[in-house]
Amino acid sequence: MLGRTANDLYWMARYMERAENLARILDVGYRLLLLPHEQSSEIWRSALRSAGCEQSYSDKYSDFETDRVEDFLLFDPDNPSSVYSCIARARESARIQRTAITRDMWECLNGAWIEYCADHTSLRNKNERPILIDWIKGRSALFRGALMNTILRNDSFNFCEIGTFLERADNTARILDVKYFILLPQNQLVGGGIDNVQWQTILRSVSAHQSYSWVYRDRFNPWNIAHFLILNNQMPRSLRSCYDGVSGALKGLNDYYGYQCDCYPMVEKIRSQLVDGDMNEIFQSGLHEFLTDFIASNNEIGAKISEIYHFNE
Amino acid sequence: MADNFDEMNGFDGAVREPYSMVDHWLQANTTEELKQKSEKAELLFRRLGITFSVYGDDASSERLIPFDIIPRIIGASEWRRLAAGIEQRVRALNAFMYDIYHRQEILKAKLIPEHLIVHNEAFLTEMIGVNPAGGVYSHIVGTDLVRTGPDEFFVLEDNTRTPSGVSYMLENRETMMQLFPELFSRQSIAPVENYPEALRETLVSVAPQNLDDDPTIAVLTPGIHNSAYYEHSFLADQMGAELVEARDLIVADGTLQMKTTRGLKRVDVLYKRIDDDFLDPLVFRSDSVLGVPGLFELYRAGRVTLANAPGTGIADDKSIYTYVPKIIEFYTGRSAILKNVKTYDCSDKQELSYVLENLSELVVKQVHGSGGYGMLVGPTSSQAEIDDFRDKLRAKPNNYIAQPTLALSTCPTLVESGVAPRHVDLRPFVLVGDKIQLTPGGLTRVALREGSLVVNSSQGGGTKDTWVIEE
Repeated sequence: MLGRTANDLYWMARYMERAENLARILDVGYRLLLLPHEQSSEIWRSALRSAGCEQSYSDKYSDFETDRVEDFLLFDPDNPSSVYSCIARARESARIQRTAITRDMWECLNGAWIEYCADHTSLRNKNERPILIDWIKGRSALFRGALMNTILRNDSFNFCEIGTFLERADNTARILDVKYFILLPQNQLVGGGIDNVQWQTILRSVSAHQSYSWVYRDRFNPWNIAHFLILNNQMPRSLRSCYDGVSGALKGLNDYYGYQCDCYPMVEKIRSQLVDGDMNEIFQSGLHEFLTDFIASNNEIGAKISEIYHFNE
Repeated sequence: MADNFDEMNGFDGAVREPYSMVDHWLQANTTEELKQKSEKAELLFRRLGITFSVYGDDASSERLIPFDIIPRIIGASEWRRLAAGIEQRVRALNAFMYDIYHRQEILKAKLIPEHLIVHNEAFLTEMIGVNPAGGVYSHIVGTDLVRTGPDEFFVLEDNTRTPSGVSYMLENRETMMQLFPELFSRQSIAPVENYPEALRETLVSVAPQNLDDDPTIAVLTPGIHNSAYYEHSFLADQMGAELVEARDLIVADGTLQMKTTRGLKRVDVLYKRIDDDFLDPLVFRSDSVLGVPGLFELYRAGRVTLANAPGTGIADDKSIYTYVPKIIEFYTGRSAILKNVKTYDCSDKQELSYVLENLSELVVKQVHGSGGYGMLVGPTSSQAEIDDFRDKLRAKPNNYIAQPTLALSTCPTLVESGVAPRHVDLRPFVLVGDKIQLTPGGLTRVALREGSLVVNSSQGGGTKDTWVIEE
């Protein structure tokens, strides 16, 4: 496979994953707006931070008006991380690399692009935001389903997987990091209604507020929430699960190419830290520091993979 | 009825035999029903993203080529004769190219004026003495034909460089089979879907000699902004070949290599879909960013096969076209099965004055143009357009040829008002490797505007599926 093809597949998957994460972040924002005691500017500031585009937003706007923020995150073609840009770029990569993907994957991305980017007048209807959010999540799920169900388990598949899981790990880590202070153990003593809502918010951002109860059978508490999102291997968006995914995909590449990828040991090291990890230690050495380190390593792995497999040569 | 030949109703309105089933089917469906099917077809095409971009349009715009759901039918015996004629022509043109890039016997025999070759921009002096694998120059040919009567077929253009449109032929068939399975079960229609396999076979058969392992094939595209990008990716996908751009290629260790995730990998056969000019900046246009430095040298040494070969433009040059019947006789010893259209060479004073006198009855084309741009169709043009063109002709007569306006055949076509006759042409696709393979049918292009003779997609033309009925 061409290095350029691998690059396009990796980003195609990353962008579709990112679109879904954005939809979820917005969903939570809308929900918080309905609650008392919440300031809309604060809600959107942390949403933008979770989405990794607080800086680019501030370059363009000076306030955090709901309309502006949602336009910026949903439709702004100048924002490289808007849902619009994600779908347009995923579809462009797919169009360039049609030979490397299946017809089902292409039809899903092309269909999403036709509805969302080529003509989105109908989607801009304000009253239908929840429908739009569901639509975005649906498209992402459809893409993921088409990928899982139709693509050959060769290098194409594995580059898509690496893109998906690195993006997802980055997203989960960011969401945690933006709200890490409300998860610190001293807050456990507070436990008032407001904290409860904030904790739930984190879970909702990764679609995990229901599954949490199944796993912990307990009222929300920050310790368990952090554990759920970082170390739990049942939770599909936890850092642990993401690294099971990255590691599995790299192992797939190792097998397919017949030699070990140079950054496989680094991925395995991170994964084993998550497998053997202990929330106690993580809290003691600092949750924020842990997440900052994780995000940096996660980026480094992306860069290394792109170098090792000649993405941009 | 009409003064041109209709492929369903002939000259007299009596349904011709190959069309009996289509006639039946059209009778059984209302215009509304047909239109519903037509909308369904459009949806299928859009979902598949079978689009093209138009030169001059915003680069990001993607348009669909209109697809007409009424198939064009060719009877088995009609096809046999056509096929023999096309094969003869393609064989002769390849022999012609070998000759003019080697001993130039045809010039010595004075059958073609020497200046038409040596001063022709399409004649690549770099190709002189080069021996392409198997002696084949044009591996993929798309011969443009028009019809004026039951047995009257004319060749309009030979398209020996990089003919496009084969993906439409294949997708049109795919769509028809999805929309009208019952029509396919009622009669035996020659399949077209083995084209990609045949293309692959053809390319493998002309791979460089003495390879250690199976040849690696790649399709070279100018990139996503090219109007035929969809087709490039479609063919690569169907053949299981890598789709590459020049930036993915490099000449190293005396071979052509592509940059893969595992480092460099050898490429043996390059199906090139870029113009010769851009192939290699060291030999041709030095400003080309679409080319691969050193590629031509490698090709000359027989280390890589290019399909089609560089320099094949000489065989479909409009100034050479007039001589093709002679070329066929010279190399095959037989007279041409398919006719040429009478062509006036405007660089000739006498012919130019005839053309200027009769502009309202002629079609005038640029010698080096394509895509239906910059041409004049006399009978359907206004006096002002004709006068305008007369000035252009006077200014640069060498740029133009002229042909009588043929009464092109029509086929029943679904238009706004219902089913109506529209003019068509036909581009069958020929593959030349260790043998010649011709896909039954080809791409039918249809001029959707009433009375229009211009079928190019850039000028409001559409396409139809083309059925060769097997006996």
